[in-house]
Amino acid sequence: MNRIQELFQQKDKNVLNVYCTAGFPALNSTVEVMKALQDNGADIIELGMPYSDPLADGPVIQASGSCAIANGMTIEKLFEQLQGFRKATAFGDGGGIYVPVILMGYLNPVLQYGFEKFCRHAADLPIDGLIIPDVPEYEFETEYGPVMQRYGLNFIFLITPETSEERIRKLDSLSTGFLYAVSSSSITGTDKDFSAVEKYLQRLQGMQLKNPVMVGFGIKDKSTFQSACRYANGAIIGTAYIKAVENSTDIAASTKAFLSSVLEK
Amino acid sequence: MSNTTINTTSSPTAILNDGGEPGYTFPNSFGYYGKFGGAFIPEMLHRNVEELRNRYLEIMQEPSFQQEFNDLLRDYVGRPTPLYYAKRLSEQYKTKLYLKREDLNHTGAHKINNAIGQVLLAQRLGKKHIIAETGAGQHGVATATVCALKGVECIVYMGVKDIERQAPNVARMKMLGAKVMPAASGSQTLKDATNEAIRHWINNPADTHYVIGSVVGPHPYPDMVARFQSVISQETRWQLKQQTGSELPTHVMACVGGGSNAAGAFYHFLDELSVQLVAVEAAGHGVNSGMSAATTQLGKPGVLHGSKSLVMQTADGQVVEPHSISAGLDYPGIGPMHAHLFDSGRGTFLSATDEEAVQAAFELCKLEGIIPALESAHALAAIKEMKYKESDVVVVCLSGRGDKDLGTYMKYM
Ligand SMILES: Cc1ncc(COP(=O)(O)O)c(C=O)c1O
Repeated sequence: MNRIQELFQQKDKNVLNVYCTAGFPALNSTVEVMKALQDNGADIIELGMPYSDPLADGPVIQASGSCAIANGMTIEKLFEQLQGFRKATAFGDGGGIYVPVILMGYLNPVLQYGFEKFCRHAADLPIDGLIIPDVPEYEFETEYGPVMQRYGLNFIFLITPETSEERIRKLDSLSTGFLYAVSSSSITGTDKDFSAVEKYLQRLQGMQLKNPVMVGFGIKDKSTFQSACRYANGAIIGTAYIKAVENSTDIAASTKAFLSSVLEK
Repeated sequence: MSNTTINTTSSPTAILNDGGEPGYTFPNSFGYYGKFGGAFIPEMLHRNVEELRNRYLEIMQEPSFQQEFNDLLRDYVGRPTPLYYAKRLSEQYKTKLYLKREDLNHTGAHKINNAIGQVLLAQRLGKKHIIAETGAGQHGVATATVCALKGVECIVYMGVKDIERQAPNVARMKMLGAKVMPAASGSQTLKDATNEAIRHWINNPADTHYVIGSVVGPHPYPDMVARFQSVISQETRWQLKQQTGSELPTHVMACVGGGSNAAGAFYHFLDELSVQLVAVEAAGHGVNSGMSAATTQLGKPGVLHGSKSLVMQTADGQVVEPHSISAGLDYPGIGPMHAHLFDSGRGTFLSATDEEAVQAAFELCKLEGIIPALESAHALAAIKEMKYKESDVVVVCLSGRGDKDLGTYMKYM
């Protein structure tokens, strides 16, 4: 059992997963951002590996990725930055990163790094899981899934309101860790009416899935976070957090202000 | 009766029948040509792509579809396009050179063959909106044209940089009633216009069809587009038979951006191993200049826009910005069919620089009175690189006309 399973055993409601882009806003801010997220209430960190052509992301996340690439971020660099990040001494006396960390990125940079080598290095750190939205289930089953399993990495599939019930069950059976329910058929950072989303989430709730369900896309504040959590185990915030730190001079303070506004009772 | 009339009545126009054995021509059922292809798409696109995959062959085989497609190709586009024996060019290169005149199609390039096919297919899928990406603007113009003809709403994504360098085509699309959306992300050219179009599709999944302009994208796009373009080689075979007595040439040459005119020109010769298939990429300022679009020379296997193919990229897997004088060849990838032709050695891959392409365009003007598109001029430029016998029969796909490129050509006069 790894950190993701442990987390959901201890906490199955209001789980907050926050997305941040590695190497953004500054090349060396990656772990500082992660630490700030952990200190201010993030239960899971989804760490984005920047890519030049992020098909499933909106302009805000793409711009953060372009900035990170311009800053010099690469997978190799990221693994260097993450060396020892779990150790209690990683931040002086502040303790290391103990929350589950999921790497999110697109397949091409991972292929160039070498898929197996990537999994090995990620598992060594250790990272807990991967989200690679352009690996569909056929490729997962025939090629990439067995490698991830060999290194004990969870792989999280996305589902959308357009995904058929049969397919949801299939993707649920292939996923480990949790299932990522995209709140609407859209790219990240889109505003859509949340009442339609509620129907979809209720439907998922009724399906008795194997995995916990985390809702993503369009979650940006206290009210959308709470609505999502009513019907799912938790939610994922991406674009809104990137906006909160993109022009920040004090990451810890901006992160604290943003997350307390989301989590305030 | 002229040759063209005989062809119209005696030859079917495009390969719309069911698939065959996977190989050079057909991908396997997961969309793979050898190691390349597949459908690497996020879940948000699954339903639309799956629907297309389940239905494209069935729709293409409907008699009413074939009738409408073939009628439009004949009466609206003006097919068959001539196979023209270029006498003075042949004398220059001491061989027999034939030009497949896709430049004479309505809207000025081969792109309309595919645009008609996909818009008719979209209608049968019940889709109400059409989106497309465009580089040089030829595919955008073709799609806007067919949408006007069918009374369908059309949105074309185009990189901000391409909007500047292909202004006449932007005006044409607007006049035809299409909405031209500037793609301002990333490098602001064709690859980014493709990203933006795909994102639009993700955000509007219900009633929109995405008309991809080349043999790229997730399965079934490469196969579907190749089938619609296969009319080029279908006609070529008939026309060669009429004109030379043999259906088979010794060489077929075509430029490759994503590879749709080449796929169409090669299609019915892919399994005729005596025919040498020559694909010509854009070398830009030179293959090793850092300003090039010669994907097979510079690319590595990777995933771009939903399929595994050869992709120009950094060592870290970031897709790089290519360069070509011709916006239609300015793409860092290549269709999976061509990656397989390259990888297997079935295809010969050459490249031509900006300068060589411009020279070849001026040579064609001078010898044959034809102003080619800058893209097609790359195929013409490679004629010099080849060693022909006098008895060889060489077909060059003249994929488009040069009106849109006059601004560039004028700088060389
Ligand atoms: C005239 C012409 N030829 C060739 C191309 C390149 O596309 P493809 O390689 O798909 O034929 C274009 C693209 O815009 C074009 O306009």
